[in-house]
Amino acid sequence: MTEAGPTPPAVETRGLERIYRIKPRPVTALAGVDVRVEPGEFFGLLGPNGAGKTTLIKILTTLLLPTSGSARVFGFDVVSETKQIRRIMNMVAGGEQSGYGILTTREQLWMFSQFYGLGTREGWRRVDELVELVGLTEQREQRVSTLSTGQRQKLNVARGLLNDPWILFLDEPTLGLDVGAARAVRELMTAWRAAVPGRTILLTTHYMAEADELCERIAIVDRGRILAIGTPAELKRRVQRESIFRLEVDRLAAGARALAPLPGVVSAVPASEADTGREAAGRGTVAITLVLRDDAALGGVVGALGELGARIVALRKSEPTLEDVFVELVGRGFEDEAEGDGARPPMPGAEPAAPGPSHTTHPHEPGEPSDEPLAT
Amino acid sequence: MNALVHRQTAGPREAARWNRGRILANNLRSVAGRAYPRIAGLAREPSWVFFEILLPFLTTSSFVFVYRALAAPPEYVGFVVLGGAMSAFWINVIWMMAAQLYWERDQGNLELYFAAPMDLMSVLFGMAIGGLVMSSTRGAVVLVIATLLYGVTFSVAQWALLLAVFVLTLAALYGLGMVLASLFLMWGREAWHLTQLLQEPVYFVSGLNFPVGRLGFLGAMAIATLPLAVGLDAMRQLAFAGSAVTLGTPTPEVEALILVAMTIVFLVAARFALRTLERLARREGRLVTRWR
Repeated sequence: MTEAGPTPPAVETRGLERIYRIKPRPVTALAGVDVRVEPGEFFGLLGPNGAGKTTLIKILTTLLLPTSGSARVFGFDVVSETKQIRRIMNMVAGGEQSGYGILTTREQLWMFSQFYGLGTREGWRRVDELVELVGLTEQREQRVSTLSTGQRQKLNVARGLLNDPWILFLDEPTLGLDVGAARAVRELMTAWRAAVPGRTILLTTHYMAEADELCERIAIVDRGRILAIGTPAELKRRVQRESIFRLEVDRLAAGARALAPLPGVVSAVPASEADTGREAAGRGTVAITLVLRDDAALGGVVGALGELGARIVALRKSEPTLEDVFVELVGRGFEDEAEGDGARPPMPGAEPAAPGPSHTTHPHEPGEPSDEPLAT
Repeated sequence: MNALVHRQTAGPREAARWNRGRILANNLRSVAGRAYPRIAGLAREPSWVFFEILLPFLTTSSFVFVYRALAAPPEYVGFVVLGGAMSAFWINVIWMMAAQLYWERDQGNLELYFAAPMDLMSVLFGMAIGGLVMSSTRGAVVLVIATLLYGVTFSVAQWALLLAVFVLTLAALYGLGMVLASLFLMWGREAWHLTQLLQEPVYFVSGLNFPVGRLGFLGAMAIATLPLAVGLDAMRQLAFAGSAVTLGTPTPEVEALILVAMTIVFLVAARFALRTLERLARREGRLVTRWR
């Protein structure tokens, strides 16, 4: 039996607010969040620690009540229709140590399968399929207490897929994982969505590259507010007012300054101090950060380089990163977050970030200046 | 279909619609699922034989020697052996069942239990059944060893009633454990300290090692409030029928009715406490979240 009419949004919140009544002062974790996630989307919530991401996930997974506003998951209200939501969702968090160390990998998953109502045999069959899928076949009879962090997280992912959820909430799922394990988790998520059309994933992360790689749309969250929503490309376009290229040239005797007066060129400077040194010495390949008003100006630059007797070794267009978008929106980077837990580690499994250009940012106007740590 | 595709449903709205049969099956399976780690643990960590059987057996033995030294009626040795066997359940309720949700929260399991579709009462039932299996093993071992070692002779006239009282005692005891589990989670360390404080007085008034009727008014109060006290007293009366020792307590039939009432009250209270707990957890946002 099917229901008439279109499937409601996977997630829809309106004016969602959550205030923690803690001493000495109440803390606003969500300050009027409006977000809509379509069925089948891979949607990311990107923000620093304390931004309100986890609070939003806890409300959507029915673990927390909103203070005001509304939130629905596939049309079910998170306050009054909790059982319906719990039947079609699952969640996996980074650093999760759930379960019982005395059980084996298979037993642990079977136990959780029973909580989702799978029959005994059906549960074992599903467990065996998932154990193989996540690459824990060798550890299937191993006690959970002896699994490595990465294996444990694969186990958690398998648990999250046991009931074949229509929406899967992933709260920092690669936190603390090594390169291989993090990549494996990301690949699993991508494969799952590809194999089971219509399933929705809501991911929270503070790894920008992870959000960029996985998510179709991203909401940038800070201090309980959604600052921007869009595809990664849309968000990046917000900060890209000029075209930026990394140009590597030989034999440019006149130096990068020779390019600056050309039509359409905003600036042309050596990409690093080392390049400045090589340019001054007149030896070797020099990398130049070339900022143009638009791509059309590139032809003139290439022509001028030929006339100057220079040889182009490499030319690559530099894309802004989501971090640039965050800085543009908030006026500070993730690392600047006062109540963060120290330096932000690089995303496990990510390629080292190319030295990108510094994009023009405008003085920010933070929405809610506050020294309060936000409980999430 | 592969591991990534489990059940084909037309859509999320349809998948969320469960009939009563499916809800019941989900809860029954959850009971079995949660009982499983306890039962599996029995075989995997045999150290419990030492800690939960041999050590407590010493306490029982010491009382046996005291009664023999005092030339107490032989039934008293039987009383203390029965008390020793039943103490397994009491310890399980107080030490494991009561602290279970608190421990589950710190492990990160409680959040997953709340987020799963089953009723949390099923999880508590599962914990209780797992604990029951564990404690029954211990109780049975203590009973058999002590009976053989100290030559206890049972005289049972009403086997059916004895069995019924035993089952009712366990139902009431684990009902109490389910209430305590929620209270422990809500009150945390304060509840833990209170239990520590009350442990010996409760052991005393439960009459684990002597007939509770000897305590007069205090014993009557214990029979009215503590499932172990009333259950143990009824079982002593039934297991040593025609004993020359007058216990001075209500008949086993009356005590069975007290146990029925206790079971109902504790189960209703456990359900109420769990609902309160869930409401508080969702409102406050801290009860299900482990300490970090």
